[in-house]
Amino acid sequence: MYLEISKKDINNELVQKIHEISGQNVFDCYQCGNCSSGCPVVDYMDITPNQVLRLSQYGSIEEILKSETIWVCSTCLQCSTRCPKGIDVAKLMEAFRTVNLRDGVGVVDPDHLEVENKDELPPILLVCAMRKLTG
Amino acid sequence: MKRIGVFICHCGVNIADTVDVELLTEKLADYPGIAHIENYMFMCSDPGQNLIKDAVKTHKLDSVVVAACSPTLHESTFQNAIAEVDVNKYQLEIGNIREQCSWVHSNKEEGTRKAELIIKTAVEKAKLNQSLDPVSAPLTKRVLIIGGGIAGIQAALDIADGGYEVVLVEKKPSIGGHMIQLSETFPTLDCSQCILTPKMVQLGKHKNIKLYVNSEVEAIGGFMGNFKVTIKRQPQYVDPDKCTLCDDCTVACPVVVPSEYDEGLTYRKAIYVPFPQAIPASYTIDTENCLGFEPIACGECKKACLAEAIDYDKKEEIFIEDFGAVILATGFDLYPVENIPEYGYGKYLDVLNGLQFERILSATGPTGGKMLRPSDGKVPKEIVFIQCSGSRDPERHKPYCSKICCMYTLKHAKLYKHKVHDGQPYIFYIDIRSGGKRYEEFIQEGVSEDGIVYIRGKVAKIYKEGDKMIVHGMDTLTGHKVKIKADMVVLAQSIVPSEGSGKLFKTLKLGTDSNGFMSEAHPKLRPLESLQSGFYLAGAGQGPKDIPDAVSQASGAAAKVLALMSNDEVQHEPIIATVDENKCSGCSVCIGTCPYGARELNEDRIAAVNDILCEGCGACISACPSGASQQKNLTDDQIMKMINVIIN
Repeated sequence: MYLEISKKDINNELVQKIHEISGQNVFDCYQCGNCSSGCPVVDYMDITPNQVLRLSQYGSIEEILKSETIWVCSTCLQCSTRCPKGIDVAKLMEAFRTVNLRDGVGVVDPDHLEVENKDELPPILLVCAMRKLTG
Repeated sequence: MKRIGVFICHCGVNIADTVDVELLTEKLADYPGIAHIENYMFMCSDPGQNLIKDAVKTHKLDSVVVAACSPTLHESTFQNAIAEVDVNKYQLEIGNIREQCSWVHSNKEEGTRKAELIIKTAVEKAKLNQSLDPVSAPLTKRVLIIGGGIAGIQAALDIADGGYEVVLVEKKPSIGGHMIQLSETFPTLDCSQCILTPKMVQLGKHKNIKLYVNSEVEAIGGFMGNFKVTIKRQPQYVDPDKCTLCDDCTVACPVVVPSEYDEGLTYRKAIYVPFPQAIPASYTIDTENCLGFEPIACGECKKACLAEAIDYDKKEEIFIEDFGAVILATGFDLYPVENIPEYGYGKYLDVLNGLQFERILSATGPTGGKMLRPSDGKVPKEIVFIQCSGSRDPERHKPYCSKICCMYTLKHAKLYKHKVHDGQPYIFYIDIRSGGKRYEEFIQEGVSEDGIVYIRGKVAKIYKEGDKMIVHGMDTLTGHKVKIKADMVVLAQSIVPSEGSGKLFKTLKLGTDSNGFMSEAHPKLRPLESLQSGFYLAGAGQGPKDIPDAVSQASGAAAKVLALMSNDEVQHEPIIATVDENKCSGCSVCIGTCPYGARELNEDRIAAVNDILCEGCGACISACPSGASQQKNLTDDQIMKMINVIIN
């Protein structure tokens, strides 16, 4: 399958929205891969953080929104601290999650959590989930 | 009997780890001929050289053997050191116990034994070394520059400003080279013509510069300081003194051919001025396409010329001139992209090469600086640029990096954005090489601020669908195959040595690398000279170069030439062939063997040696059947004594 790159996708509305939410310019990225190499959870991601940046440059935001990566990101800020171009990658990840959550994708509704889950999950995780997944 | 001093260097641990220097010093002290021997940590250091000089005075030495590194490194250091204490510098002998001994062995006992033999052979040779003086020859204080691009122009101006006469030979009808075709230059985006034409005008009017356009070097004879060069000038057929530049002739001319200046995107007549700012600013007739040489067939321009400036009967002229030095600034051309069929160049009008795109960007170009594509004159909204088109492809095309393409492609994309604000440039690249002052910043600005999209990967194929060029590529960073529907494709082809330069280099007997670029005498320390004495290199004919590099190298070569010109005569190494007249039978074998034309039969039928032409290669000496030819300070006697030491 081809990724079709076209003028209408470059810096499209979604890219601009991500820029508005995160304040980060994805076109600053020169693909050194520092974010991915330092990421402690990159093994659990389906696309690596530098690929998230690359796809953003192509305007392929939908592919990122569908990925596991943005949910796996633990916002440890390693990428943001080390990026040589000063991109706060964690903020970008947050922006992608926010776009999803605003559309009701991946939202955790505490009222509808299964009782078994509430029993099994450590309370701290539930608190995290509330903070991260409620938009 | 000579009094020879032997000085053994430790070179830190480079030699001393594998050669027992102390043991050798002790062992060789009694060797016949050695009057003094000692060792030191770094013989090439100032204290080391002083040690040699003191020993020469104290022990009244008349010959010196230094056992150290290769003579290519420090021979002249030690020659100069002994010359300071009045010993002829050709009384110095180097025993190479580093590159040819300690570095290639690990067993100290064997290394020491080999070093001992090397030193002994050097001593045997030194015993018979004669004191020699360099050969001197007169110096012609005129300089020939071949090629009138930016490198040739810069070198010519620098030397002419230094007060020496310069002749610049250019194959085309005007100077300016490829730089005059460019729109703007990276990374400052200043207009190429605006910065080049002042230099061209200066050159055209310089009192010390003579310009031959439409000319080529046919033959060269002589040697450094005294070259005799044959220059062939094709006639322009238009007398510049009579011509009023009214342009009536081009209007009358019925022949239309693709314009070289516009890279085939527009047409010119068979009588033409190459471009508006051409130097010299005069019309020239392209004999290959003109019909006027058959007066029955045409002659329209001549009829139209009221000033009667056109003369079809002009003949080519041959000039034979003397020069002291030659600068080669033969420049580059683009690798024929027709060789990469998958990119469709030549098949699709909207697949262009880099120089064609420069012309479209240029205010003097085919579109008057408007961004329009050749096929239908529409404004291209999406352009794909392909870097490394032919470069870095050792299997199919050129193995080397063409160095300037990363920068000019980004410049192209930027200038395109300046002209088409809503346009989208894409650049396919393998690596970005932006080493140079403000180059990396230029790239980063383009990516961050101008919205230029870089895609890492090579393009596999390009084909046409409707009025779009479909580009199939790969983005190796995301692992996606990529498809772009573009309006135009621009290829950044490899830089290759200019057309015809190979033939010129053969005529001049100049060395080239496997890609046809001129070879420098040393890649790091002598990048401005050829191994052939008297030839200097400038510009992209030596290897791909951008404008700042070409100008720097040209000024560097000019400085080398100015240093040469400031001498009263040229000097030449005296380690050359000599002939024993009593033994020479005049068989002439040596004459055919000599690659420099330095041997010839004199009136007594003796094969004499021309000291100035002889480069001391030794070919005639090994060919001489009677042993009459000998190399100074490398006689058969010396060689036999050296061999005897080793085999006994």
